Amino acid sequence: MSVYKNLKTFPVGGIHPEDHKLSAAKAIEFLKIPDIISIPVSQHLGAPAKPIVQINDRVKVGQVIAESGGYVSTNIHASASGIVSKIDNVMDASGYKRLAITIKVEGDDWFEGIELSPDIKKEIILSKEEIIAKLQKDGIVGLGGATFPIHVKLTPPKGKIADILLINGVECEPFLTSDHRLMIEKGEEILIGTQIIMQALGVSESLVGIESNKPDAIEHLSKLAKNYNGICIVPLKVQYPQGAEKQLIEALTSRQVPIGGLPIDVGVVVQNVGTAFAVYESIQKNKPLVERVVTVTGKNVQNPSNFLVRFGVPISNLIEAAGGLPNETGKIISGGPMMGKALNTPDVPVTKGTSGILLISEAESKRGEVLNCIRCAKCVGHCPLGLEPYLLMSLVEKGFYDQAQQEQILNCCECGSCAFTCPADRPLLDYIRLGKSIINQRLREKSPK
Amino acid sequence: MNKKLVVSLSPHTYGKDSVTRIMYDVLIALVPAFLVSIYMFGFGALRVTLIAIFSSVLFEYLIQKFMLKVKPTINDGSAIITGLLLAFNVPSNLPWWMIIVGSFVAIGIAKMSFGGLGNNPFNPALVGRVFLFVSFPVAMTSWPVPIVTRFKLIDAVTSATPLSIVKEGLKNNIAASELASKLPSYADLFFGNLGGCIGEVSALALLLGGIYLIYRKVISWHIPVAMIGAVALFSGILWGLNPEKYMDPMFQILTGGVFLGAIFMATDMVTSPMTPKGMIIFGILIGLITVVIRVFGAYPEGVSFAILIMNAFVPLIDKFCKPQKYGVVKVKNG
Repeated sequence: MSVYKNLKTFPVGGIHPEDHKLSAAKAIEFLKIPDIISIPVSQHLGAPAKPIVQINDRVKVGQVIAESGGYVSTNIHASASGIVSKIDNVMDASGYKRLAITIKVEGDDWFEGIELSPDIKKEIILSKEEIIAKLQKDGIVGLGGATFPIHVKLTPPKGKIADILLINGVECEPFLTSDHRLMIEKGEEILIGTQIIMQALGVSESLVGIESNKPDAIEHLSKLAKNYNGICIVPLKVQYPQGAEKQLIEALTSRQVPIGGLPIDVGVVVQNVGTAFAVYESIQKNKPLVERVVTVTGKNVQNPSNFLVRFGVPISNLIEAAGGLPNETGKIISGGPMMGKALNTPDVPVTKGTSGILLISEAESKRGEVLNCIRCAKCVGHCPLGLEPYLLMSLVEKGFYDQAQQEQILNCCECGSCAFTCPADRPLLDYIRLGKSIINQRLREKSPK
Repeated sequence: MNKKLVVSLSPHTYGKDSVTRIMYDVLIALVPAFLVSIYMFGFGALRVTLIAIFSSVLFEYLIQKFMLKVKPTINDGSAIITGLLLAFNVPSNLPWWMIIVGSFVAIGIAKMSFGGLGNNPFNPALVGRVFLFVSFPVAMTSWPVPIVTRFKLIDAVTSATPLSIVKEGLKNNIAASELASKLPSYADLFFGNLGGCIGEVSALALLLGGIYLIYRKVISWHIPVAMIGAVALFSGILWGLNPEKYMDPMFQILTGGVFLGAIFMATDMVTSPMTPKGMIIFGILIGLITVVIRVFGAYPEGVSFAILIMNAFVPLIDKFCKPQKYGVVKVKNG
C-alpha cells in the first residue's frame, strides 16, 4: 500500500508485472576484478570506438584504450590495470563476436589525476561547453539501457531548446534494483550530477521521477533536494513501462513526443539516475566511465545482490558471486524480465548497458502454446502507445508491411506489454520486431545516404 | 556450463491470463443463471443444458479430429460456453434432437467452418439459436410455465412470454395499459418468475454474473451499459410519444434476452469490437435494432437478431474506432 496519493503516471495502457525486488535491501558491493577481462569497443549506440593500444601495452584504470569512432560514439577506457594481451573479436551480449580489448589484470593502478576519495564536491567550475566536451571524453553514455552518448543529447539540434531536464529513477523493470540502491547510497552525487546536466543544458528545472515502490529512495532524495535549486523529486504510480522515455515524459510533464520525433522536440531531455552519477564522477572527480552497478537476481538465486562491476568482467563472475548458477536455470537475461535480452552463454562481458542479470528457471523459460487470437483486446488496451498489436502481428504475418507502417508499427517501443497480457500466448512482440526490422531495411534501401 | 539455455526475445515473463481462465470465468459467471433455470424449470432445464453442452463439445472434437485433422481444443472451455449459452436461449421442453441440431449449427457451421475459436464473425450460440428459431418456430416458442408459478395455475403447461403477450395484444389493438394487468410484475421479471428461454428469465442472476465478469476484467461495462441503456432510451422515447401503444422502458429491458444478450452474448470477445468507443457504438446499435424489431418487426423479440446483425459490422467499427495513437495529437511545445 502506498502512502502517496494521486500519483502521476502516463495516461494510456501499461501493465503491472509482479514486483520481485529481491535485492532492494542489499548494499552495493564492489566485485573483485578477475585475472583477465575483455572490454568491447562497442558499448554504446553509434560507431564502435577505435583501439589505440597495442598488444603488450601496459594500461592503467581510466586510460583511454579506444577512441571515439565518430560524433555518435565515445571513448572506451581501461577498466583494470595490466597488460593488453589480445585485441580480437569476442562474443558479447548481442550474441555476435565483436572487437574487444583483453587485459591481463595486474593490481588496480589508476590513471593520473583521477580522484578516488568519497568526498562530496559540490562546486561546479566548468562551463557548459567544457562539461559536454569532458563527458564525451570520459565515455559517458545513458546508463538506463539505451547507452546513447550523453554529449549528443546535451547538444540539441539548431532551433531546439530544452526547458526541462527529467531524471529517470523509475526502474520499472521487476527484479532490478541497481538504480534504487544508487539513489539511496549516492543521492548527493546524483543531485550534483543533475545540476551539472542542467547547467550543460541551460535549464533551470529538473524533475526526478521515482516510482512509489521505492519510498526510501523518494524520502532520501526529497530531503537532499531541498538544498538544490530547481530539482524536484516526483513520486510516480507504479506502472510499467514508466521508465520508457516517452511514458516518463508524459507522466511528468503531460507532453507527448510527436511520432518520429525526439524528446527535445517537446523541450525535454531525459537522463537516468545512473548517468547523473556518472556525470558527477566525470566532472567533479575526473573519473571516466569504467564501472557501473549491476543487479544479479532471480527467484532461485542464492544471494541476489547489487555489484559495482568494472566493464569487461564476465557475467559468469557475477553469477558466481551471487551464489552460483542455480541448477534449474533455463534462461540468463541481461536486463530485466520485460525488456532484457536472453544470453546464450554467461561468458560475455559486462558493458555500459548491463543493468542487471536475471536468472529464470527452466519452467518459467518456456512459452505457452500459441493459440488463436480471441480478440480479447487486452493487447490494444495495454499498449502505452495506442497501437493495435494483434493487428500489427497479423499484418506482418501476411507480409502487409505498408499497412503495418501506416498503423505506426515503427512507433512501438518494444515494452512487451502486449505479449505480457496476451491470454493466447501469441508472440506479438516477436512479429512486431520482425516487421519493424523489415520496414526499416526497406526505408534504408529507399533513401540512399 | 554444459546446459542448453533458452534464448528467446523479451518479454521473459507473462501475466496470469489465459484463454482457458477467461472461458472458465464466463462459465462461473453463468452459474447463478443456471441455478435459477433449474429452480424455475426443473429437470427440463438440466436436460437441455446437458445435451447442448455434450453435443457442442462432441461436435467440436469430431470436427477438429476427423475433418480438420488438428489437435482438438475442447479443453479451452469455449465449446462448453457455446453449449451452455445455446441451452440458455431455448425453452426447457425443446426436443433433444433439435438441441443437437442447434449445437451442430453453432459449432460446425458458425464456429469451425470459419477456422475455430477466434475466427468466427458471428456468435456461434446465437447462430444456433436463430437457426432453430426459424426452422422450428413452434417448438421454439412454446414456453413451459415456471415450476414456481405452476402451483398457482395447475392446468397450464405452456405459456406465452411477456413479450409475445404484448406483441399479440398490441396487434389486436389492446391498449398497453390494459395489457399490463396480464403481465408479470417487475419484481417477477427481475427475479425470473416468468416463462421464457431457460437462461434469460432472471435479470438478477445474469447481473450477478456480469458483475463477476467485470470484476475479473473478462468484459468491460461498455457493451452491457450501452446496450441496456439504448434499449431503455429508444423504447422510452416511443413510450413517451404514446404510452398506450408502446410498453415502458423498464418492461423492455427486463424482458426477453436483453440481460442475457447484453452481458453474455454481445460481449463475446471474438465477435465484438476492440476499443471502448467501438463497444459503445456496438452496444447502442444493438439496443436500437432490438427495439426496432420488437416494436415494428414481425417477431416479439429482437435481441438475437440485433446482435448477429451488429456482429457483421464489427470489422467496420474496429476500423473506424481505433485507439488514439501516441504522438499523433498536436503537441504543446515547451
